[in-house]
Amino acid sequence: MALFTVNNVKIVGFSATVPKYEESNWDYDALSASEQKLLIKTTGIEKRRIAQNGTTTSDLCFHSAKELILKLGWKPQEIELLIFVSQSPDYYLPATSIILQDRLNLPKTTIAFDINLGCSGFIYGLSVISSLISTTKIKKALLFSGDVSSFSVNKNDKSTYPLFGDAATVTALEYDIKGDTLFFNLQSDGSGYEAIIIPDGGLRNPLNDESFVEYQVEKGIRRSRRNLKLEGMDIFNFSLREVAPNINDLLEYANEDKANYNYFVMHQANKLMNESIRKKLNIDKEKVPYSIDKYGNTSSASIPLTIVSELRSQLNKGTNKLILSGFGVGLSWASALITTKNLICTEVLEYE
Amino acid sequence: MVTLDEFTKNIEIELDDLESGTLTSDINYRDLEQWSSMYALIIIAYVDSEYNVTLTGDDLRSCNTVRDLYLLIKSRV
Repeated sequence: MALFTVNNVKIVGFSATVPKYEESNWDYDALSASEQKLLIKTTGIEKRRIAQNGTTTSDLCFHSAKELILKLGWKPQEIELLIFVSQSPDYYLPATSIILQDRLNLPKTTIAFDINLGCSGFIYGLSVISSLISTTKIKKALLFSGDVSSFSVNKNDKSTYPLFGDAATVTALEYDIKGDTLFFNLQSDGSGYEAIIIPDGGLRNPLNDESFVEYQVEKGIRRSRRNLKLEGMDIFNFSLREVAPNINDLLEYANEDKANYNYFVMHQANKLMNESIRKKLNIDKEKVPYSIDKYGNTSSASIPLTIVSELRSQLNKGTNKLILSGFGVGLSWASALITTKNLICTEVLEYE
Repeated sequence: MVTLDEFTKNIEIELDDLESGTLTSDINYRDLEQWSSMYALIIIAYVDSEYNVTLTGDDLRSCNTVRDLYLLIKSRV
């Protein structure tokens, strides 16, 4: 099992950027009024932010990073590690992280690469960047995570369109011999790779004329093979089965009691599903923040976005212990135990 | 496990906006005018918390009536 510990790393700050343009599921006319009500009640998703005019994930990242670097008082020249976690890169190649290295004026001594993961991506990214900081002793590093999912979902697909919002986040980390210990538990199950998938566009099914032809799956579900497809029931089953045991194994490995944790921040997938997981773990409602009502499912941005949006004022003073958990596309799931001290967070920033 | 009638009643309560008596154990629930994919998720969450049985998408696709669901869950409890 991929249970491991990382030492000498300090998480110092977070920022999050969402597009200014907002859509409401109360206005989503592929659903009847009673369907809108049931969807909002079940998923918890009321509003979503949608990127406009070709804004990419890296544009949101750049915007977020500039603010955070300023707030931290960092100099770009001091940052030597940058990881971009996303499934909506600027180009097929080169890696978006490298473009961001230049755009942010980071030195040419910077390590920069991408990680292609979604819902679990923030935790995976955090594990990779903290492991690298710990071994290389690089002093300052930035983890980017987020997606512009609106590019891939079809407006006429009620099983995906009302669920996803666009957002990008930045996490700032430092090498610190007095830093707290981070614990991780990372898992994968590729047998479920079709549960959330964009079928066409890679080498398995290269883009062709057929890729853009919309077809009717059932009433209210119309999409093409370049659109994101999601098997809700299968994802639901997977999350109910796997997430709680993954976290319990991590707590046992770290010899930590969940009662000592201040907050449990989950990937914002679906309120009903997340609440089922919370109840399985027997964690108080007050410890589990949600931003899903305001931003929907924002893929790998959802955990840091929820921290920035819901916990900013609680985390900027004193010490806090957090359980983090991401789960979904892959299938891939992961959890982490982290400690924050006097965290520096921006507000949720808007990009026009 | 509760009786089929009680199970049917409990599922009906979980599925909001269904008038009492709309759901019976032998009608194909997908034929209900109000049927929504959200109901499938609500049923999975309810059965998981109540019976500790995690239904899959295939389980739900293979069932047409509450009786089918009841028998399936009963075989796994």
